[in-house]
Amino acid sequence: MNTVREKIKLTRKDFVSDQDVRWCPGCGDNAILAQMQKVLPELGVPRENIVMISGIGCSSRFPYYMNTYGIHAIHGRAPTLAMGLKCARPELQVWVITGDGDGLAIGGNHFSHALRRNVDINILLFNNQIYGLTKGQVSPTSPLGTKTRSSPDGSIENPVNTIGVAIGSEASFIARTVDVFQTHMSGVLKRAAEHRGAALVEIAQNCIIFNDGAWAHLSDPDKRLENVLYLEHGKPMRFGKKEEKGIRLNGFTPEVVEVAAVGEDQLLVHDERATEPTLAYFLSRMGPPHFPTPVGVFRAVHKPVYSELLMRQVKAAQTQRPPDLDPLFRQGETWVVS
Amino acid sequence: MSASARTRDELQQVTVLFCGDSGDGMQLSGSQLSTTSAVYGNDVSTLPDYPSEIRAPAGSLAGVSAFQVHFAGHQIHTPGDNPDVLVAMNPASLKVTLPRLKPGGVLISDRDAFSERNLAKADYTTNPLDDPQLGSSYRLHPVPISSLTLKALEAVDLKHAAKRRCKNFFALGLVYWLYARPLEQTLAWIDNKFAGHPPVAEANRRALQAGYNYGETSEAFAVQWSVPRAPVEAGCYRMINGNEAMALGLVSAARLAQKALVYSSYPITPASEVLHHLSRWKHLDVRSIQAEDEIAAMGSTIGAAYGGAFAVTGTSGPGVCLKSEAINLAVMLELPMVIFNVQRGGPSTGLPTKTEQADLLQALFGRNGESPIPVLAANSPADCFAVAIEAFRIAVRHTTPVFVLSEGYLANGSEPWRIPSLHDLAAIEVQHPVEPEGFQPYSRDASTLARPWVLPGTPGMEYRMGGLEKRPGSGSVSYAPQDHETMCRLRADKVERIAAFLPAIEVDGPERAALLVLGWGGSYGAAAAAVQRSRNRGLAVAHVHLRYLNPLPSELGEILSRYDRVLIPELNDGQLALLIRARYLVDAVSFSKLQGRPFTIAEIETRIEELLS
Repeated sequence: MNTVREKIKLTRKDFVSDQDVRWCPGCGDNAILAQMQKVLPELGVPRENIVMISGIGCSSRFPYYMNTYGIHAIHGRAPTLAMGLKCARPELQVWVITGDGDGLAIGGNHFSHALRRNVDINILLFNNQIYGLTKGQVSPTSPLGTKTRSSPDGSIENPVNTIGVAIGSEASFIARTVDVFQTHMSGVLKRAAEHRGAALVEIAQNCIIFNDGAWAHLSDPDKRLENVLYLEHGKPMRFGKKEEKGIRLNGFTPEVVEVAAVGEDQLLVHDERATEPTLAYFLSRMGPPHFPTPVGVFRAVHKPVYSELLMRQVKAAQTQRPPDLDPLFRQGETWVVS
Repeated sequence: MSASARTRDELQQVTVLFCGDSGDGMQLSGSQLSTTSAVYGNDVSTLPDYPSEIRAPAGSLAGVSAFQVHFAGHQIHTPGDNPDVLVAMNPASLKVTLPRLKPGGVLISDRDAFSERNLAKADYTTNPLDDPQLGSSYRLHPVPISSLTLKALEAVDLKHAAKRRCKNFFALGLVYWLYARPLEQTLAWIDNKFAGHPPVAEANRRALQAGYNYGETSEAFAVQWSVPRAPVEAGCYRMINGNEAMALGLVSAARLAQKALVYSSYPITPASEVLHHLSRWKHLDVRSIQAEDEIAAMGSTIGAAYGGAFAVTGTSGPGVCLKSEAINLAVMLELPMVIFNVQRGGPSTGLPTKTEQADLLQALFGRNGESPIPVLAANSPADCFAVAIEAFRIAVRHTTPVFVLSEGYLANGSEPWRIPSLHDLAAIEVQHPVEPEGFQPYSRDASTLARPWVLPGTPGMEYRMGGLEKRPGSGSVSYAPQDHETMCRLRADKVERIAAFLPAIEVDGPERAALLVLGWGGSYGAAAAAVQRSRNRGLAVAHVHLRYLNPLPSELGEILSRYDRVLIPELNDGQLALLIRARYLVDAVSFSKLQGRPFTIAEIETRIEELLS
């Protein structure tokens, strides 16, 4: 139905809504919005077939700023609306915009189940390790000891590992990027959009007001090369200013090694298509202070897609039985009164 | 004594209660008696009553399973009050149900099951069948059903345990003789059901026949009764329970609009059966989702409605608690969808398998903010079909979520249903605007105040909406004081305007009288019968039954004013009574019952008499 429109060339402007963006100046959300508005015209999907669904929180204002269809729903429940919409309209491209509180605290259940079912949606989880809209409380991704308004003496909760939850939920596409990594982010977003099934992108995002600098070790250009491991499928895992360091597996434990000392062939080679998510799980555990933080695609595998399976069953049933209600009306014993 | 020498009496109506252990097959005996009686030409109404445990310990009081059948030579609307006949297959079931048997009623019991062990499980210290008091209070028939069944099946090649399981057919055969029921319907059912297991079919056939013959030859049964055919509207009929009627109504509504039906639900007693039915009807473009929780079921229903499907979620009261926040989002988004609640006893987990009507105020007011939702209630098992269609009709015409209240009593109860033809039902008109010129997501239809149901995928009409308050028309986020007041009143007006589309209230009985019985939901049958009986006895009483609880029909206030007093029977602590008193300043009398069981006719009749004396 949209073949004609697909040929219309869309630009960034086509995806900018008439609403004033009300995020704080300098908020990482602005950078993500800019990348989305840049990437969507490149996907070749008609604008009217794109739907943004969000929950509650700063990140969830996102749909208002995108000139697509969109719903700003309720806290944590965006994946459930997305699932219902995909069951009604499998042809739409549906994006879920969520945050660390929305997606992993109040909506943790739906987050996990949407990934497990492999509903064909793209979930962007803006992780700023803080509750922003409610003015600075501890979040499920805040590190132990984080001082916030609700944890003035330091958080006593262990943070959740977002990528690890996604792996445990059997997600078929898992990636991470950083709000200030413009080119990297657009590449990851495109990969997510092209993936069939549920795609999760964790975006390390800076909250300039309540948690400024939480991701400075990644975003600071001076530290970036030392602290970031760029994942590339089929490539050995190297990082550092001159890619002089690498990741090697020592028994069941990854370790940082000098490439010159051990040789490149000793390094782990990234395989995002591995059937088992073991490697992705190793990577999900990496981060400061002993490891670089991996960004890029952790895992991209093909699995049966919920909405496709559903429609296949519907189509199969429709070829086997005529769409006739009468036999259902007459199920069981009937009798005639004349 | 030969059969011809027996007394043969005619009765206008009979209520039989089959009860036994969960594994005794009493639900089957009950449903067979219902179908046989319906096919014979009686009007029939039934109610199963089973434990909430899947496998309670055998022979225990908690494991008693019962099925009540009411059949009559005239129109009936309830499964009967106290049974005329009690078939108790073990001591536990006798203990649990005996208090309900009518004084002087027929009591048939399987004497073989009254072993010391079974007596102990039912907390009997002595065998109640040996108590002379029991024999003098009831027409007691302690029949050795188990051993007679085994004897009748001697020639059948089946294991002992399998033969014992046929005792429910022996009991059924005996009841068939007692009420001169033909065996053909059940024999045909057995042949069909056990077509792949000839020895089982043979055993059940013989057991049924043996039970019937026992009645015929045993001198213990002196009287055989007949119940004449009831005058019913011509047509093709079947028995149907409320859950199946609901499922059929929902899918019919979608077909009437040529829409896909998306049903999203989380398993919960007593609503799960609807999910089971709809999951099998994919050939009618039914897309069923078993969600991860009640909230997800509601969320996905909203998503499906947004996408243009006929979207519906079903649950029971505890599930509605969880859905409430998302229902409120549906109110804000003003999308058409249906939420049904098969009410059960509450609060909390309450009485999962027992009935109640205590979620009326929850449906009306159980959300934050001013959140008006139309509420409809089914009044009988078969009525769930019509209500489901009506709910979608309202949802689509007025772009609003609609609540449907069913009850455990209706969901599990069965009655004859005159099979409709989809062609006889009016199509449901659906419009999805596609003209971008001048489009405003929250513009209003002049008559209904409905907003346009624009679907994603429509070029040039991309718009955003959410749970935040809106500016009228554009739907943009607005916190302006006047915008909030305008939008609250618009949402309320929109629901109130549904009243203009409702059929006129039917008053059963005198236009003016000393008393009006005002009911809603599943108490219809008992209230209608009680009012009829009272009028037959010369009392000035009328009956109005509400199908629409929100908005209330516009003429209701005027009707209430024509009666000296208003009696409101409900299975809650006076929820409709509270509404009626608040809304119309009528000093309504609440008649409340909270026992997990429906009203009996006699209960309401007695209350009417008390009020009029």
